[in-house]
Amino acid sequence: MPEFLSELLLPALVPLGLTLKVSLTATAGACLFGIAAGFALSRRNMPGRELLDALCTLPLVLPPTVIGYYLLVLFGRRGVLGLWLQETFGVSLVFTWQGAALAACVVAFPLVCKAARTAFEGVDQNLEHAARSLGACEGSVFLRVSLPLAWRGVLSGTMLALARAMGEFGATLMLAGNLPGRTQTLSLAIYDAVQAGRDNEAMFLVVLTSLVCILLLLASGKFLKLSPQT
Amino acid sequence: MRKLKCVLGTLALTLLLAVPAHAGDLIVSAAASLTNAFDVAKKTFEAAHPGVTVVSNYGASGALLKQMESGAPVDVFASADQKTMDQAAAKGLVDKATRRDFVRNGLVLIVPADSKLGLKSAADLAQPGVVRIALGNPEIVPAGRYTKEALEMSGQWSDLTKKYILGNNVRQVLDYVTRGEVDAAFVFSTDAMQAGSKVRVVMEMAIRTPALYPIAVASSSKKPEAKAFVDFLLSAEGQRILGTFGFKKP
Repeated sequence: MPEFLSELLLPALVPLGLTLKVSLTATAGACLFGIAAGFALSRRNMPGRELLDALCTLPLVLPPTVIGYYLLVLFGRRGVLGLWLQETFGVSLVFTWQGAALAACVVAFPLVCKAARTAFEGVDQNLEHAARSLGACEGSVFLRVSLPLAWRGVLSGTMLALARAMGEFGATLMLAGNLPGRTQTLSLAIYDAVQAGRDNEAMFLVVLTSLVCILLLLASGKFLKLSPQT
Repeated sequence: MRKLKCVLGTLALTLLLAVPAHAGDLIVSAAASLTNAFDVAKKTFEAAHPGVTVVSNYGASGALLKQMESGAPVDVFASADQKTMDQAAAKGLVDKATRRDFVRNGLVLIVPADSKLGLKSAADLAQPGVVRIALGNPEIVPAGRYTKEALEMSGQWSDLTKKYILGNNVRQVLDYVTRGEVDAAFVFSTDAMQAGSKVRVVMEMAIRTPALYPIAVASSSKKPEAKAFVDFLLSAEGQRILGTFGFKKP
């Protein structure tokens, strides 16, 4: 048992912690932008709506390596945004956990965006009009009418986004690399262990990842039941 | 009924397209550093052996070994170090009688061509301005293992640990340098040559064990062309092609 602890469990805690940190940050970002984009796309008077929708869905259909490459070219030390970040804030995203979070955020974003758009479109516009006629400003209509009514859909999209962010591999590998202790999330640690022939470690990490995902699904099921019905 | 026919037809077509490597395919698993040299060598070999197609599978030598262990249908295996081939031989994955050393390589310290750090030797890696040093993961990448050996010899290995960016194969490490994502890196001299003017070679590193590349026919291979491919690489013509990519004779 102590051997099991020191050889498998303890080393696994680092990638596990990192995975949770990266995926939660990514989900928070995906949630914020996803709700905003989903709401904008649900407005029927929005110009170029379908084109924007297609662009927002793109990360869902593009191979993660393509996303990773785009991000690497944009945020690398010689990339347009990378240079700007470096000069303005002195930060570089490549090979950092923030880079991994960005990659996971981009791939998870469409899941929130799609779910939010559908949910906002399902909100009865009469209720929004009623709030406006009673003197509520647009911001307050959104926060006190539209969002609470669409909440369930947004939440289920968020849960899917979290699951997607946890499993992210391709884009993360390209932008953040595979650095033990710094950017090596569970899925990357599994890849590493298999390549190096550390089969016991790989098996343990696979089981651990599966358990974490099952727990997450159970928790989200409970959470969705508790949330207010529409 | 028509629908069923359609489904069956599609299924048959899928199966037809999914048929694995056909008879004339020679599968060569080779170290990532051999990529460009083998791409050229295989064309010359194919021209001399009509009907044979060389299918190359490049990667970190350690990862290729793992694939073979898991039953990958490989005909020829070329690794960038002796250790990986020793492991393959010990596991009975290659035919020991066919094993030959076919090229030699060197390890170099490189920086992006536009680097402003002015590194002059490996000793300068300790400078605070050097934040990221890329090398192959020593567990699976031979170039990484040589790097570790060289830095251990100079007593720098443990002091630089915080700066290491580990790549999954030597070409990934090279890519990090050409993109300017790292400040310095260790690759084979042939890799540095491949990158041309995008990188600057700071110095050649002294390594204890010479970087001799072994090649052998896989024990599972039943194709006579496998031996022919090994012989071709050892021939004057094969060595000439490898030489144009910077590989030295063993």
